[in-house]
Amino acid sequence: MTYNIDDKGYYGEFGGAYIPEMLYPNVEELRQNYLKVMAEPSFKKEFDQLLKDYVGRPSPLYFAKRLSDKYKTKIYLKREDLNHTGAHKVNNTIGQILMAQRLGKKRIIAETGAGQHGVATATVCALMGLECIVYMGEIDIARQAPNVARMKMLGATVIPATSGSKTLKDATNEAIRDWINNPVDTHYIIGSVVGPHPYPDMVARFQAVVSEEIQWQLKEKEGKTTPDYVIACVGGGSNAAGSYYHYLEDTNVNLIAVEAAGKGVHSGESAATSALGKEGIIHGSKTLLMQTDDGQITEPYSISAGLDYPGVGPMHAHLYKSGRAEFISVTDNEAMTSGLELCKLEGIIPAIESSHAFAVLNKKTFKEDDIVVINLSGRGDKDLDTYIKHFDL
Amino acid sequence: MNRINKKLKEDKKLLSIYFTAGYPTLNDTVTIIEKLEKSGTDMIEIGLPFSDPLADGPTIQASSTQALKNGMTTNVLFKQLKDIRQRVSIPLIIMGYFNPMLQYGVEAFCKKCQDVGIDGLIIPDLPVDVYNEKYKAVFEKYGLINVFLITPQTSEKRINFIDSISNGFIYMVSSASVTGSNSGFGDEQTKYFKRIAKMNLKNPQIIGFGISDNETFSQATQHAKGAIIGSAFIKNLTKSGLSKIDNFIKSIIN
Repeated sequence: MTYNIDDKGYYGEFGGAYIPEMLYPNVEELRQNYLKVMAEPSFKKEFDQLLKDYVGRPSPLYFAKRLSDKYKTKIYLKREDLNHTGAHKVNNTIGQILMAQRLGKKRIIAETGAGQHGVATATVCALMGLECIVYMGEIDIARQAPNVARMKMLGATVIPATSGSKTLKDATNEAIRDWINNPVDTHYIIGSVVGPHPYPDMVARFQAVVSEEIQWQLKEKEGKTTPDYVIACVGGGSNAAGSYYHYLEDTNVNLIAVEAAGKGVHSGESAATSALGKEGIIHGSKTLLMQTDDGQITEPYSISAGLDYPGVGPMHAHLYKSGRAEFISVTDNEAMTSGLELCKLEGIIPAIESSHAFAVLNKKTFKEDDIVVINLSGRGDKDLDTYIKHFDL
Repeated sequence: MNRINKKLKEDKKLLSIYFTAGYPTLNDTVTIIEKLEKSGTDMIEIGLPFSDPLADGPTIQASSTQALKNGMTTNVLFKQLKDIRQRVSIPLIIMGYFNPMLQYGVEAFCKKCQDVGIDGLIIPDLPVDVYNEKYKAVFEKYGLINVFLITPQTSEKRINFIDSISNGFIYMVSSASVTGSNSGFGDEQTKYFKRIAKMNLKNPQIIGFGISDNETFSQATQHAKGAIIGSAFIKNLTKSGLSKIDNFIKSIIN
């Protein structure tokens, strides 16, 4: 069995491109070109150069000594939080903006939930001088004001999504509608490993720099390229896809995907897609998603806006269904407590999304000589208000 | 012969109307269908509402959201349509997104369509190649015509492929847009309509998106077998209610 994508755009039974005909020319153009473009030496050179000089890669693989002492195992943190713009998101937006340029696109659209992907997209558009339109749910605009301001400072136009539940899934719908209305000059930068093929694969490949670096960084520190565990939080799943990528086929490496249980998996306010979802179609992809018996997509909940998505990328649906990855869900409270613990033990304030990954340390026992890599996918600056309110700081 | 094929053979330009089932109120579905037939509509697309209608503009989105709030579900729709063939005889098509059909079970859905007397389906997010590989046999088993969309950006090769696997009509999207975006056709669209007409496809074409009144209906049907009105009809329902359906249809076809 392979855990990567097949030549028809599926991970096992998941993936594909379930799109209206109006999107077909755009998606087909991308499908026919993305691998070719990514393989061009000039593309690779520019991508690598920007990741190094602009994003600040490689991001450190940091041995977290005090955390390791507490949990009696060897914990390494992949410091994606130290990237320019504060999260792993920028790895993908750099890749896609270079792709858009090579496809001759002049106008960039994106969706955003918490605003991290919107900021990362606005950033690369400013860098390349391209027009940038970001769709964001009306409710998210109200609760993520600093990121809205960032996007505007970077020159982007932020358009509120006022349909449906007015959050990330509706922002994604609006971005897709914009792409339908602008079929020639526009590229849609999707922010996660979701959407119609080839997006899940393309985004995973841009994020794969994370596991590529883990390999040689571990070799330097531990004398071998493979850890025993890789732990990452999953909303759509791009930071998990990036940190798993080079280990997908090596089943000696245990993959742990951490989903947001919100107020409890069965509380009715949760985003634990693997536990609550069924197979279906969301945003052009066959995958696991939260829906009613009647096939209407339901609204998820998590304290972390970045995990607040009713679906999961098709790669992760396949990793779940095949048992290749272990899926663990973590509540708001568990994540917040683990986030605060990281602050106190290591002097690092994590994004609440990433805090979910750390809560696994309380749910699973690791051996003393296990090498456990946790992808610290983003920094917590954007979440200060939420931390302050939660802990009454 | 399927009612759609029979209708397409009539020597006239066809008016097809889309409406969202369960809107404005849950139990309006059958009344709307009856009124449409009586006022001269040739074919009806019954919209099965979906929470995330990607190809639709604000009007159809809002009617879908309201219909779901009103309690519309796949089961409710089939119940409402149970005796529809004792009431109307024009072709009926269900238009909806693929996920609700997938959850119902594609074969069960098709069977139910046949039971109540549905003649065809339009599923914008079921791609042609997936249909051809996985579902064509099931649709045909239950006598359903699946209708595919083409747009101004669809390549000639793909149009020919779509024509080859279609057995009713081709839904010609008038411009690169979601539903309800434009009104009125410019040179570019006329050129596109003429280009497709010249291809002499095996399936007749019916134009949709951007048709809202007598003028746009006449423009579109100069180059095609018929035209579809959706958003404009729903706007009229919202504004004037069910009692004005007759006036609206007559304003288009007379």
